[in-house]
Amino acid sequence: MNIRVEHLSKRFGTFEAVRDVTFEVRSGSLVALLGPSGSGKSTILRILAGLDTPDAGAVWLGDEDATRVHARARAIGFVFQHYALFRHLTVEDNVSFGLDVRGVPKPEARRRARELLALVGLGGLERRFPSQLSGGQRQRVALARALAPEPKLLLLDEPFGAVDAKVREELREWLRRLHDEVGVTSIFVTHDQDEAFSVADRVLVIHRGGLEQSGTPAQILDEPATEFVARFVGEVNVLDARVEGATARAGALRAEVPTGGPEGDVHLVVRSYDLKLWRDDAGVATVERVVTLGDRVRVHATVDGAGAIVAQFPRRSSLLRGVEPGARVAVEVTSARAYGSSSSM
Amino acid sequence: MSAALAPGPLARALRAGVVLYVVALVAVPLATLVEVGLADGPAAFFGRIGAPTARAALWLTTWTALLVGALNVVLGTATAWVLVRYRLPGRALLSALVDLPLAIPTLVAGVMLALLYGPTALAGRALSALGVEVVFARPGIVLALLFVTLPFVVRAVEPLLAEIDPAEEEAAIVLGAGPVQTFRTVFLPAILPAALSGGIRSVGRALGEFGSIVVIAGNVPGRTLTAPVFVFGEIESGEPGAAAATSIGLLALALALHAVAWAVERRTGARRAE
Amino acid sequence: MRSDARAPAASSTGARAGRVALVILVLLYLGVVLIGPLGALGGELADVGVGAALGALGREDALAALRMTVVLTAIAVAVNAVVGTAGAIAIVRHRFRGRALLSALADLPLAVSPVVIGLAFLALVGRDGVLAPWLDALGVRVVFAFPGLVVAVLFVTLPYTIREVAYVLEEIGTSEEEAAVTLGASAWQTFWRVTLPNVRVALGYGLLMTMARSLGEFGAVLVLGGSISGQTQTATTFIHDAIEERELAPAYGMAALLAAISVLLLAALEWAKGRRARAAEKEADR
Repeated sequence: MNIRVEHLSKRFGTFEAVRDVTFEVRSGSLVALLGPSGSGKSTILRILAGLDTPDAGAVWLGDEDATRVHARARAIGFVFQHYALFRHLTVEDNVSFGLDVRGVPKPEARRRARELLALVGLGGLERRFPSQLSGGQRQRVALARALAPEPKLLLLDEPFGAVDAKVREELREWLRRLHDEVGVTSIFVTHDQDEAFSVADRVLVIHRGGLEQSGTPAQILDEPATEFVARFVGEVNVLDARVEGATARAGALRAEVPTGGPEGDVHLVVRSYDLKLWRDDAGVATVERVVTLGDRVRVHATVDGAGAIVAQFPRRSSLLRGVEPGARVAVEVTSARAYGSSSSM
Repeated sequence: MSAALAPGPLARALRAGVVLYVVALVAVPLATLVEVGLADGPAAFFGRIGAPTARAALWLTTWTALLVGALNVVLGTATAWVLVRYRLPGRALLSALVDLPLAIPTLVAGVMLALLYGPTALAGRALSALGVEVVFARPGIVLALLFVTLPFVVRAVEPLLAEIDPAEEEAAIVLGAGPVQTFRTVFLPAILPAALSGGIRSVGRALGEFGSIVVIAGNVPGRTLTAPVFVFGEIESGEPGAAAATSIGLLALALALHAVAWAVERRTGARRAE
Repeated sequence: MRSDARAPAASSTGARAGRVALVILVLLYLGVVLIGPLGALGGELADVGVGAALGALGREDALAALRMTVVLTAIAVAVNAVVGTAGAIAIVRHRFRGRALLSALADLPLAVSPVVIGLAFLALVGRDGVLAPWLDALGVRVVFAFPGLVVAVLFVTLPYTIREVAYVLEEIGTSEEEAAVTLGASAWQTFWRVTLPNVRVALGYGLLMTMARSLGEFGAVLVLGGSISGQTQTATTFIHDAIEERELAPAYGMAALLAAISVLLLAALEWAKGRRARAAEKEADR
């Protein structure tokens, strides 16, 4: 089912939670709403589900204007951040709940629940109660429960927020595979960029209630449309710079920028892995600190006339030879983007 | 509040019914009482509330309630301390017994106390020999009030004491704090708001207590006649004016306390016990 | 973690003496105020003879008083089960004008002396009460009659279920109810299948408190009922009248019976509290 959201707005008191958001989600895709906490992404999800009503705008589910349709009639599966499993019901009764309330005969509902529990890898746990499950298992029950009534759209609010890092990794993989298997159009909310990029077909970046950019993970990473997006995804350096033509200068540093962007005073955004530096006594920067992080090394340096930068290298990079605190280094910017310095952050 | 859970017509009708029920049951009678009590004008009202017997009854009720509140703060905290921190035999039973006054009719509590401390009973005789009269005397009032308010402070303090991180206490000891200092710096700040709130609730409960006092303290004007018992006596003898005036005095005291307790609880998030 | 006692690690002689003194103080306190009186009732009962005391309860008036107390308690439980649940949902889940007032009024009976409550109803529906002309015209008698007793008991028991249920509703939050709605449940289904099961322990706890309070209510039923033997006498006013008339066997028998029921109620309350604590612990593990 195609989902279309048009000019959605919602305020809580004086707080504008959602501001004129418009986007479309193609049938069968898996989309991430990515943004920092408090950016309004969960509100958008709740409006899609009918749990909140928008002050303005419309929600189209397929060919139907669903803006005023009650949550119970929308046929949307919702996976809550803390699962919201019914604590007094067994796993099986949790999963069959959506079928029971629709009057599906008990044996049929039970059969379907068991099928789904097998699908999410929880066969054998039917008689357990939610309190007897691990976080990851609860997450799967919540998903099975949401899928049981065969929703046309699946919404997941921070689906991996409440499980620990290792389980999160597995669940991501698993959700992606499950999506490909079941094929239901899905939207999930996350504040974790790795999660968004590793799982979703498309990513919508939300900031202060507005949609900053939508695109494939590669587009978002390689062509961030706004300074916020550029700064939000990945570790970045932001330098005050001046652009003339295709060249930006920040103190002693020079960088090529895509043409057609802003000119004059800009914010130059450079990812830490788009910086190269090597020992050169005639260089433009001084190394301050070298920090080893597992298989990566992070170099903190100060560029003459431009301030502090951070660059990342693979641990074994040959460029690192002689790079130590106090050393002078040359700096090359392999990729950078300029944003008008007046653009709001 | 989510839009999807917005109440439907049935829920709203039920809610209107509940509001109506509560207003009719609580607000209307109490408002009527206040109205009737003040109907003869402020002079009559203050004349009644200031009459020697009424004044003495209100004063007796006030100071016994405050005394019981203070005793509860100290003894209730001590009880909670012992229940939480010491491994006494029969502790579980003791802990359950503390709740008993919540379940036992206060009149029965009065009967029990009279049976133990009455002039013919063992404890009563022993105390009499020492010159202490309990039944039909003020110590009886205090005992009865202590009985009915026993759980308030204990139950408010107990969970907080149990929650205190042992590391805090150990840190204080390691830093060289003595037992008194440790109590003052580690425990007192954690439990004081709850103990006070429990104490305030004890006072409120004590202000209104009737059943146990009727049995154990009787109604000797100026000596053991508390305000609720006085109100009852005035009703019986057909003096609704004096009864209403004293009741308004009691209501005012209770409401002021209620407000204080509510403020303390709001500030501290302490959970009360009843 | 109430079950594991924590004794301080460091222990000097002085500290031990202090601990012993504290334990003795507390035991003395509980003994004087609570355990002694409880034992005195038991001892008295043994003196009078359990048979004699219970036999005295077989009297017509004692049975009538007991019956009345049971009926009043049943009414209080039935009414508060509905009012407590609906009121708590209204206070916690609904947003409407008068919500704060409802919440405050529901708590108010805890702060009002039972005698004062009795007087307030006398002022409203008593012989010279504000509503007396209307009630007379309708031929309804409230005071010194069954309705007066019902009103008294309903007033004093109002707070318990509302408070207990409201507290749990607040803690649980709305996400399970929202989940039910997204799964297609109607408001009615959501209430019966999700909300009610979630509050049932709290509701049970509140109803046990309601039972204890209505069994033991004395001041308000004395003022409003008048304790007319065989008509408006309850178990507590029966004890009171029996003591006044120096009929000690039935008084102690009835007192012991009420005390025994209280202990049973207390055991049930402790059980409900334990269940709730365990449920909370499970939640904390999540």
